[in-house]
Amino acid sequence: MFRSNVLVCGGTGCTSSHSDEIVARLNDELAKQGLSEEVNVVRTGCFGLCALGPIVIVYPEGSFYSMVTPDDVPEIVSEHLLKGRIVKRLLYKETIVDDNTTKSLNETQFYAKQKRIALRNCGVVNPEVIDEYIARDGYQALGKVLTEMTPEQVIDEILASGLRGRGGAGFPTGLKWKFARPNQADQKYVCCNADEGDPGAFMDRSVLEGDPHVVLEAMAIAGYAIGATQGYIYIRAEYPIAVDRLRIAIQQAREYGLLGKDIFGTGFDFDIDLRLGAGAFVCGEETALMTSIEGKRGEPRVRPPFPAVKGLFAKPTVLNNVETYANIPQIILNGADWFKSMGTEKSAGTKVFALGGKINNTGLVEVPMGTTLRTIVEEIGGGIPNGHKFKAAQTGGPSGGCIPEALADVEVDYDNLIAIGSMMGSGGLIVMDETTCMVDIAKFFLEFTVDESCGKCTPCRIGTKRLLEILDKITSGKGTLEDIEKAEELCEYIKANSLCGLGQTAPNPVLSTLRYYRDEYLAHVTEKKCPAGACKALLNYSIVADKCKGCTLCARNCPVGAINGKVREVHTIDVDKCVKCGVCMSNCKFGAIVKE
Amino acid sequence: MKSLAELKAIRDKAQANVTLRAESGASTRVLVGMATCGIAAGARPVLNTIVEEVAKRQVKDVMVTQTGCIGICQYEPIVEVVDAEGNKTTYVKVTPEKALEIVNDHIVNGNVVSKYTIGSTNL
Repeated sequence: MFRSNVLVCGGTGCTSSHSDEIVARLNDELAKQGLSEEVNVVRTGCFGLCALGPIVIVYPEGSFYSMVTPDDVPEIVSEHLLKGRIVKRLLYKETIVDDNTTKSLNETQFYAKQKRIALRNCGVVNPEVIDEYIARDGYQALGKVLTEMTPEQVIDEILASGLRGRGGAGFPTGLKWKFARPNQADQKYVCCNADEGDPGAFMDRSVLEGDPHVVLEAMAIAGYAIGATQGYIYIRAEYPIAVDRLRIAIQQAREYGLLGKDIFGTGFDFDIDLRLGAGAFVCGEETALMTSIEGKRGEPRVRPPFPAVKGLFAKPTVLNNVETYANIPQIILNGADWFKSMGTEKSAGTKVFALGGKINNTGLVEVPMGTTLRTIVEEIGGGIPNGHKFKAAQTGGPSGGCIPEALADVEVDYDNLIAIGSMMGSGGLIVMDETTCMVDIAKFFLEFTVDESCGKCTPCRIGTKRLLEILDKITSGKGTLEDIEKAEELCEYIKANSLCGLGQTAPNPVLSTLRYYRDEYLAHVTEKKCPAGACKALLNYSIVADKCKGCTLCARNCPVGAINGKVREVHTIDVDKCVKCGVCMSNCKFGAIVKE
Repeated sequence: MKSLAELKAIRDKAQANVTLRAESGASTRVLVGMATCGIAAGARPVLNTIVEEVAKRQVKDVMVTQTGCIGICQYEPIVEVVDAEGNKTTYVKVTPEKALEIVNDHIVNGNVVSKYTIGSTNL
């Protein structure tokens, strides 16, 4: 029996800042102090507050240590774990009330408005120990389903809960299962889409790293509901920690007989295998994903037939996203009404968002559907760093759109986001401030889709390429008004004619920025200016004669020797030589250099 | 896994350690003085005994934690029990055997073990 638990984040973010070394040092130090039998060190999944990693939490006190280095470990062990004195200098500053009092993590701004369902075990259990998952009611839902419910009842429960696909499109999960159930076949399949490819989204990775068993349990439930005995998890090879933990989890579940033959003595068989994706974005599209599992080149297929009829190996298949699965056991245990009581009328439950970009609390948050964008960005996310202003947020990755600050009070759910020209997507949320050029952002996402287009259909393969060329022209100051019209026309064409979701949504970043920031496009074209000062080709640096003291600092720092002038004389910039690196501006002590 | 009962058995066994990790809304707090003075006087076996006994008896809503020096080092090991209303009972010169009595009589059954409290000691 341990008197104290030390939880160390073992997610990818904290691991890359040496949390594994912290675990090793903790074990060493504890052994040295003879505390190994009393204190339990647990490597958990992600706590969400990645910006402050590596994170270490000590229970029962609940002390939240942030930005811990391996060198801090001896102090934590000898002060806190041995003598019971909390190491104040390492505490997350928001949890400190005064010299002698700390407040609970759940009362901090970052956690207070969160509601953790999909992430309930992340940062609590050791993902590599099945007993800990079971201690948190793991596999109870599977037991309940197999012993007390018929497959139809399971489907009805999920349907009634209003759970919608968390991968992005928001199709009702229960309906998907309902379509697959009546189709007769000698073999059916349950697949899990863990090919999380959106730039900036990492919630699926965190669920798999922090709580892999929840996905296994939910897939077995889905298997029972539709009559499948085999499952596949399609996961990208770029997630090595998640792959490792899934392998361990599957092995442990098999040893306990929670996967395999005759589960709970009910005669139900179900097993799961992993398939590693090589990192093509298009393989996150359901038909391309299944083609890839079959061992072929990952290209999408024409729908219909839908996967529920003819999916993997031409058999009826259900495919859901990781986060969708993470909700299933809780719905079974707590009931559809409990789930429906959270969120909005048409989007029940919670959604995990990966906060990134120009925001203080980079990390992972789970909030009830219907929380406003402003709450997520300004309260939970802690606002924009360096005193800049919140300009826009991009949701849905390369398939989504930009939401301007003016619309930040919209309640975030599937339908509202589509109404304002964006989409939920997998939940990546990239925040931008006034130094971000919206044309440049649209170009960035389009570059991504051009790279990732599989090339099977023409509108996507050639259309997106041509669209990118137009944006290139605009950002380099050579665009015309006609180009903007042409771009709009092309967007509509690509949307209407592409084969799969990748192409159908690829123009969204361009369309949504054109909708809300048309003036920025016009400024690039008519005035040849970039209002945000981000497009280099349209920038010019110059020296304000009144303010220049002739200190020569800029001239000495210019990497290309573009600044001329003598000591105590006004300097000038040679525009032909200038490479617009901005070094002069950041070095000038008198604010004499301006860009426009 | 052949039955639900088997699953439940694993759950019950594993639960004690995991429940320690929640933000506990514990109504009773047990504080053991674990500064140098406390440790020297034998607070560690006391702390461990309390943790084990609380888990063994499956008492809910109790948080066992350590604290620093209370200032009356000659009376260490010191154990303080704080109830939901904030009433504090201070036990002094606690041994593992006395700790068992404190858990069983006070924490489980609500009867203060007056013979070990600071008030009954000859200061």
